[in-house]
Amino acid sequence: MNFQAIRVIYKFEMLRAWNTLLQSIASPVISTSLYFVVFGAAIGSRIEQVEGVPYGLFIVPGLVMLSLLTQSIANASFGIFFPKFTGQIYEVLSAPISFFEIIVGYVGAAASKSLILGTIILITANLFVDLEVAHPVWMVTFLILTCISFSLFGFIIGLWATNFEKLQLIPMLIITPLVFLGGSFYSVNMLPPVWQTVTLFNPVLYLISGFRWSFFEVADVGVGISLMMITIFLLSCLLLVWWMFKSGYRLKQ
Amino acid sequence: MKAIVKISNLSKTYNTGDQALKNIDLEIYEGEILALLGPNGAGKTTLISTICGIVSASSGSVTVAGHDIVSGYRITRDLIGLVPQELTLGAFDTVWNTVSFSRGLFGKKPNPAYIEQLLKDLSLYDKKNNALMTLSGGMKRRVLIAKALSHEPRILFLDEPTAGVDVELRRDMWRLVRGLQESGVTIILTTHYIEEAEEIADRVGIISNGELVLVGDKKTLMHELGKKQLILDLKHPIVDIPESLAKYALEISDDGNQLTYTYDTHSTRTGITALLQSLNEAGLSMKDLKTRQTSLEEIFVNLVRSQA
Ligand SMILES: Nc1ncnc2c1ncn2[C@@H]1O[C@H](COP(=O)(O)OP(=O)(O)OP(=O)(O)O)[C@@H](O)[C@H]1O
Ligand SMILES: [Mg+2]
Repeated sequence: MNFQAIRVIYKFEMLRAWNTLLQSIASPVISTSLYFVVFGAAIGSRIEQVEGVPYGLFIVPGLVMLSLLTQSIANASFGIFFPKFTGQIYEVLSAPISFFEIIVGYVGAAASKSLILGTIILITANLFVDLEVAHPVWMVTFLILTCISFSLFGFIIGLWATNFEKLQLIPMLIITPLVFLGGSFYSVNMLPPVWQTVTLFNPVLYLISGFRWSFFEVADVGVGISLMMITIFLLSCLLLVWWMFKSGYRLKQ
Repeated sequence: MKAIVKISNLSKTYNTGDQALKNIDLEIYEGEILALLGPNGAGKTTLISTICGIVSASSGSVTVAGHDIVSGYRITRDLIGLVPQELTLGAFDTVWNTVSFSRGLFGKKPNPAYIEQLLKDLSLYDKKNNALMTLSGGMKRRVLIAKALSHEPRILFLDEPTAGVDVELRRDMWRLVRGLQESGVTIILTTHYIEEAEEIADRVGIISNGELVLVGDKKTLMHELGKKQLILDLKHPIVDIPESLAKYALEISDDGNQLTYTYDTHSTRTGITALLQSLNEAGLSMKDLKTRQTSLEEIFVNLVRSQA
């Protein structure tokens, strides 16, 4: 195992965020605050409660997931796409590193950054509402699983993308709609029956539902199903990335 | 001499259909400096990239120190340092950090004393905290060399190290290369400049169109393939070469003052004596005469031309 290589890749990727520290911290704090002002205060004053939870509280897990998903993907995809784009990847390819070590370095760093981001958002949210977590262990488990899976997914996108447009394509056209329609800001029960069924095909719903359950013990679907879905997603990503490296996909000519 | 890199029957066809390497067989000896010469698109970079693990071979095999580069990649890559042709570097990283990063990638523990000495040897030490984007092209080239040497490799590949490099840096670079050779490092470099190969290499390989046309000891190569020329300065200019001299295939300079006779150093008869006699009979007298050895460049041009 080439631990030094993992260490330097991880450190390099973390340093990249450190160099833009203000942006890394300020942007989640500001956007979370904005969501609270718009959804929590303005709309929340009319909705008041969803399934027995005050609306301001209800949206917290969704907000966290929204940022985690988009940031994990953005971070991890850029982390591997950029050296590929500039040609600096030659160094990683010519070093005595296995694909597993490359993933641990890049995805580990992206997931760590997301985890920090999630914590910052939770702290910010706590300034607006009184957060109580019913199942802290489950909450952290969901948080970590999400960070890892979606960083891995972002890594795959970064490997697959051949230009900046493709890099943005999947996050913009698929992920963002899925998160917004996955019950970030509402309960599925508030939808007409047809749309409830449609929503069940949205994988992000299971994530948000499970995560929300760890806070308030209210969920759209069973927490077991949520856990299973995210595990399946993680395993699929692992399988895909394993195949990509095995075949030298878009990395080696 | 012991071969440290063995390339057998190596071919590479890119996805685009370009066949960049065609059945290359080559042994690189431990401790030598091998220069690979060839025109643009000959396949030099592809060959190097394959050995280093950046490009995967279509067929054939490569071993480094007895280990296959695919199944034994951890061992083989550990032994190799690569200075790429393009100046591919980050922008915001500092010199020190990027060189330390490279060392770590190759699994070596941090060694600030070694990195410090390396940067000093490459006249980069005073720039160690500078961001890479603030460096000039020549300095970036040095940084790439420092990165390649950061893990103390036994084999160093330099892909066109002198492209865009001034005389001074070139001299520094050759000094460094010789120093590395003395410490036992094997060096493979590619170049378009024949003088460079002539100056620095022990052996020269010529690649053209994906084929290794020729490889050999530099001196033997020049001797064996070299033609010599006899250059005659005439006392009085002439317009045409006299009929009686036609069989010597002389070339005449534009001003008519100089005749050039090309002969093979290896043939039993060079024909010089006969030529001098014929000149005398034709009534041409000479001011001066000298001989000249064909350079690698001419050998190279001839070979590549005969390939096409
Ligand atoms: N990534 C690639 N995809 C497709 N074809 C490639 C690729 N890289 C190189 N080639 C082709 O392979 C052939 C050999 O290229 P290579 O870069 O190895 O030549 P070279 O000898 O290094 O040339 P130069 O002196 O210009 O650096 C060329 O025909 C080139 O177009
Ligand atoms: Mg090249």
